[in-house]
Amino acid sequence: MAEYTLKVRRYQPEAGEGAYWEEFNVELEPSLSVLDGLLQAKDRDDGSLSVRCSCRAAICGSCGMKINGQSGLGCKTQIGEAHEAANRRNGGGNPIVIEPMGNMPVIKDLITDMESTHWEKIRRVTPWLLPHGEPPEREYIVEPESMIDITQSMACIQCGSCVSACLSMEADPDFVGPAALAKAYRFVGDPRDAETRERLHDLAQDPHGIYDCTHCFSCVDACPKGVAPMDQIMRLRRRAGEEGIEDPNSGHNHEMAFVKIIEKKGTLDESALLQESFVPGIKGKLMPGKRAIKEMIASLPTAIRGFRTGKMRSLKVIPGLHHKLPDGAQDEVKAIYAHAQAHREEFNIYIKGEEGAEPEEKEAT
Amino acid sequence: MPTHDVLVIGAGLAGQRAALAAAEQGVSVGLLSKVHPVRSHSNAAQGGINAALNPEDTWESHAFDTVKGSDYLGDQDAIEVMCREAPEEILHLEHLGVTFHRNEEGKLGTRAFGGASAARTYYVADITGQAIMHVLYEQLMKYADKVARYEEWFCTALAIDENGECCGAVTRNVADGSMELFRAKAVILACGGNGQVWKPTTNALICTGDGISMAYRVGAKLMDMEMIQYHPTTLAGKGFLITEGARGEGAHLLNAKGERFMERYAPNKMELASRDVVSRAEQTEIDEGRGFPDGTVELDITVVPKKRIHEALREIVLVGKDFAGVDITKEPIRIKPGNHYTMGGIKTDVDGRTDVPGLYAAGEVACVSVHGGNRLGANSLLDTLIFGRRSGVDAAARAKQIDGSEPSKEVLEEERSKIEAIAGREKGSGRRISEIKLELGTTMDKHVAVFRNEAGIQEALNTVRRLKEEADSAYIDDQGSVFNQDMLAAIELGYMLDNAECTCVSALERKESRGAQYRTDFPERNDAEWLKHIDLQQGDDGPEISYSEVTITQWEPEERKY
Repeated sequence: MAEYTLKVRRYQPEAGEGAYWEEFNVELEPSLSVLDGLLQAKDRDDGSLSVRCSCRAAICGSCGMKINGQSGLGCKTQIGEAHEAANRRNGGGNPIVIEPMGNMPVIKDLITDMESTHWEKIRRVTPWLLPHGEPPEREYIVEPESMIDITQSMACIQCGSCVSACLSMEADPDFVGPAALAKAYRFVGDPRDAETRERLHDLAQDPHGIYDCTHCFSCVDACPKGVAPMDQIMRLRRRAGEEGIEDPNSGHNHEMAFVKIIEKKGTLDESALLQESFVPGIKGKLMPGKRAIKEMIASLPTAIRGFRTGKMRSLKVIPGLHHKLPDGAQDEVKAIYAHAQAHREEFNIYIKGEEGAEPEEKEAT
Repeated sequence: MPTHDVLVIGAGLAGQRAALAAAEQGVSVGLLSKVHPVRSHSNAAQGGINAALNPEDTWESHAFDTVKGSDYLGDQDAIEVMCREAPEEILHLEHLGVTFHRNEEGKLGTRAFGGASAARTYYVADITGQAIMHVLYEQLMKYADKVARYEEWFCTALAIDENGECCGAVTRNVADGSMELFRAKAVILACGGNGQVWKPTTNALICTGDGISMAYRVGAKLMDMEMIQYHPTTLAGKGFLITEGARGEGAHLLNAKGERFMERYAPNKMELASRDVVSRAEQTEIDEGRGFPDGTVELDITVVPKKRIHEALREIVLVGKDFAGVDITKEPIRIKPGNHYTMGGIKTDVDGRTDVPGLYAAGEVACVSVHGGNRLGANSLLDTLIFGRRSGVDAAARAKQIDGSEPSKEVLEEERSKIEAIAGREKGSGRRISEIKLELGTTMDKHVAVFRNEAGIQEALNTVRRLKEEADSAYIDDQGSVFNQDMLAAIELGYMLDNAECTCVSALERKESRGAQYRTDFPERNDAEWLKHIDLQQGDDGPEISYSEVTITQWEPEERKY
């Protein structure tokens, strides 16, 4: 048994007051969860302390919350570890800080309104299978790997941790978001679905769709089930690119511009980025296109700020003057590209065993 | 007054399946659940769902395994219905989009499970229940205009009209505390089992036997309430479930001496004998000093190929890591039998009809009975879906035939005043709800568990009756309307105590050992006197006992060996 202090962000909507902090002292084994700690406080001290919870085993998805600022499940976070994390953040003797999830309105204490945020967005992606015609007499015959691939998205328990952690959604509340887009991949990747192209087109056209993600990995960190929502978003983008789907923000070309420039030069040549994003190739260099010019002009203030702060060096913006990597380094970059190209069609590794196990075994021998 | 032809209470697999089936019949449907539907406990069903879908397999074989597993207490007509309809249900789910595991040919693949004579368990990794439930919820979102969802609404009582027929329910909207009387021509209870009556349990905090108690309070019969399954592989302390799929994949059970002790108890099926058999074997090892000091034995999953563990037992890898600090691919994990499943429940026929006209029950809340004295692994998901669907269809047919009556406002007022009374109890005047719940759970786990005897069960019953009195004065802290979980816990405690009382009375009554009921004072199965169901109905002084016949169609009771 050990003693812990939980500092809980509380809000009692009927009290007529704003949110406030309250500390609870609890006593339990370090291997028990933060949720166990909250429930002890509720059972012993204050029954009005409110938190959604049910399974206590990270399968029902009820107890999404922020623990020391990190979004996740209360039941899956060991209280001993949360205590150590709190100390690492703020020095010794600090309480475990518990808050309701972010990017959602708070209803009471740790209970948030998931309906108007999370579920609304889930419904946005037409979250049901759209098969073609009548089903077969028996089962659909599909590649075994394809089912495993989308089972990674099916592993989502709709807890909202990724939504809570999403930085893009913080900037753009209309962003469809990690959970809903992971759900979308569950259908796009499903060989039984007949509307995958329409789904991709829809999510590419939406300015708050698949190209609104900024690769920050917050959702991957927050997800308690290994769904890796950002990976699913990247899969959607790749599929959309392969299908040749145009999008108003030129999101796919913008992404490909990064890929091409790094492949060629090893580092990012920002002077080439915008034109390459809108009219790829030599044609873009000669005739940048209206859209590219417009975007370039629009991004001038950003560029000027970049110069001022030293983030951009003056020579770098002059086309053709971008420095190259030292001898041999570019070959290593190319090797990475070759590897990525060879593994392009890899399915989700919901089954992690094979790859993960090998190095460990080598170490052992 | 919210009005629907069919009102479904509880939105796990049985409830969602019932709602969709009723809606398909063209009637108006309301689906009400005290938690958001995807939070329901059907999520926890890991291993899979049984069906004789493979051409070499037969439904008769599945049915016989189920009958034998039930220790001949299951009703064979109901078991036949379930097993015969299973293959079609699996295909239906596959067509809706469930991501079932495939074999190399891309067809549905199976795994082995306990008590089964063929590998007939279809699965999605070890998240089968979750995967099916989320796909059904996808369908509910698709058919939102046909099924009205009341998510986070709590049911406090059923409404019965002057003819004794069920005509609605009293509910509390959890979000704002408002009370609402629902009118319906048929009500389907699909609110799950009562695992929280025991501590520890594999069951979620929401599994408080609400439906069983509500039906009992309006005079419906309960059946086989003594039959409570202890699952052989639960984590010590927390009670978390380790799927039977682990043993299905080949994991061994070992005592502290490293012996594969199942050799002595079930030489043929070994670890894959029926759950009651395996749980008793483990408990015997532990009680006779061959377990570990913390009252456990070991489950050794390391004998399963690593790739296969990651492929098929992924959730268990996480459970081991997160909740026991054990890498199950490298070392054995300590487990013991733990409360898991309510085989008994509200007595129904194969269409989900209870003894109260207009009231249906499906899933774990119900007792059809397909599980009898012991449920086979991967038969619970099947039970929820088959009888959920059948209830939905039959309830819709009833709704089309009758006009129905308007529920009396009296029942609403009665419930309101009960709630006000709870809120009005002076703080510190009695015990805390949580204290009573804890005492109930530990008492039941001590006396009404794997091994039982008269003195122990009687002691448990006495405790339960004392706790019932104490619950009447137990106070709550929260005086608000919004998400008053304290209030809901007080009401749930009442439900749990009804469940506990019924289980104790039934367990005392059955003076033999059959399935999950093992009486050390009556260690033999006694078909001459006890091949019958124990039915309970609410009387003035607690449950009144009666009996009903076990339906036998083609399998005469014989000795059970694994």
